[in-house]
Amino acid sequence: MINIINLQKTFGAQKVLNGINLIIGEKEIVTIMGKSGCGKSVLLKHIIGLMKPDEGSVLIDSDDVTRISGRDLDKVREQFGVLFQGGALFDSLTVFQNIAFPLKEKTRLSKEEIEERVEKALADVGLSGVGEKYPIEISGGMRKRVALARALITEPKIVFFDEPTTGLDPIIVGSIHRLIIDAHRKYGFTGLMISHEIPGIFEVANRIAMMHEGVIIEVGTPEEIVHSQNPVVMQFIKGSYEGPVKL
Amino acid sequence: MLGPAVALSLIRELGPVLSALMVTGRAGSALSAEIGIMRISEQIDALATMALNPIRYLVVPNIVAAMIVFPLLAAIFDVIGIYGGYVVSVELLGLSPGTYFSQMEHFVDMEDIRIGFYKSLSFGILVSWICCYKGYFAGYGRGYGAEGVSRATTEAVVLSSVLILIWDYFLGSVLL
Repeated sequence: MINIINLQKTFGAQKVLNGINLIIGEKEIVTIMGKSGCGKSVLLKHIIGLMKPDEGSVLIDSDDVTRISGRDLDKVREQFGVLFQGGALFDSLTVFQNIAFPLKEKTRLSKEEIEERVEKALADVGLSGVGEKYPIEISGGMRKRVALARALITEPKIVFFDEPTTGLDPIIVGSIHRLIIDAHRKYGFTGLMISHEIPGIFEVANRIAMMHEGVIIEVGTPEEIVHSQNPVVMQFIKGSYEGPVKL
Repeated sequence: MLGPAVALSLIRELGPVLSALMVTGRAGSALSAEIGIMRISEQIDALATMALNPIRYLVVPNIVAAMIVFPLLAAIFDVIGIYGGYVVSVELLGLSPGTYFSQMEHFVDMEDIRIGFYKSLSFGILVSWICCYKGYFAGYGRGYGAEGVSRATTEAVVLSSVLILIWDYFLGSVLL
């Protein structure tokens, strides 16, 4: 479904993506983990067509998002739901309006149908009753859950999660992981998640890819990753200060 | 000749230019900062990934609004300016009210009003376009985050103000 082929990107003298290769199968959730600043979010921006690579391609089914733009790119993006790292909620709209926005703009649903779906989405993320608040009036964890509800409201075929749980307490982390698992069971989307929430991601992901120095150095099931003999993966999972990855 | 001098200078030059400069400082900076903050908080990226064109949602409405509002504000500026001139010349300097207005009617024609209208219309397009552009690309190149928005806002106001004066000279001397 998503095929990333030899993706390369350089900013100035820094090569951020150094030939990324990864295949994400249909209805599979793949989590990319790696050191902060190693280029995970840059990789995600290439996959959703917000950045263009120096070399390589990203195939979504048969469409290469690195080579299309305008209406062609929008057609591919209509399958997407994206949860941004900071939520990216529209601060001039209420929580309700934020979640309703994609439905209002991209579907022909009636006002009543939209209201019903948004109220249900709010209930699913445990936020019934906060629809009239503005994003600035709710906590970081609530904002992430609103962003998750907005990403899933159109029942997209492909969902991207950029660090959905960073900076949140363990209980909210657990609840967000649970919401992702439940939504995946319900809608059967293909998911790409960027996260280093260990061990929580082992429960969510079907496969995990380890990114280091601009390349994917290992891909495997959570079980395979836990038992990996790769020193970088071992250091990352154990959270050790000593090892091949230096600060 | 005081009435016609006040009216002509306001309608042809001061009204469109000064109202455009005021709107640039008041609304142009706010517009640039608002779109800049949307850029750095990924709200523009969110629109794009929803397959919605951010230009159509954020830029076009502002340009259309500016095209409507700039000429209206210039007209209000002209009216208030002309009455200000009336107060000074009639109430303070003792000029006859009839002379002030009758001479004005004689010297100001539709051509002057048309020139003022075209100027303020073009300033509206110019200012909103520059402010939206600077906000939309806030953080590109030097500086990101709050610094990028601050730089974008400053550049938008300075560039708009300078271009208003240059464009006014160009319109006044070449086109009209």
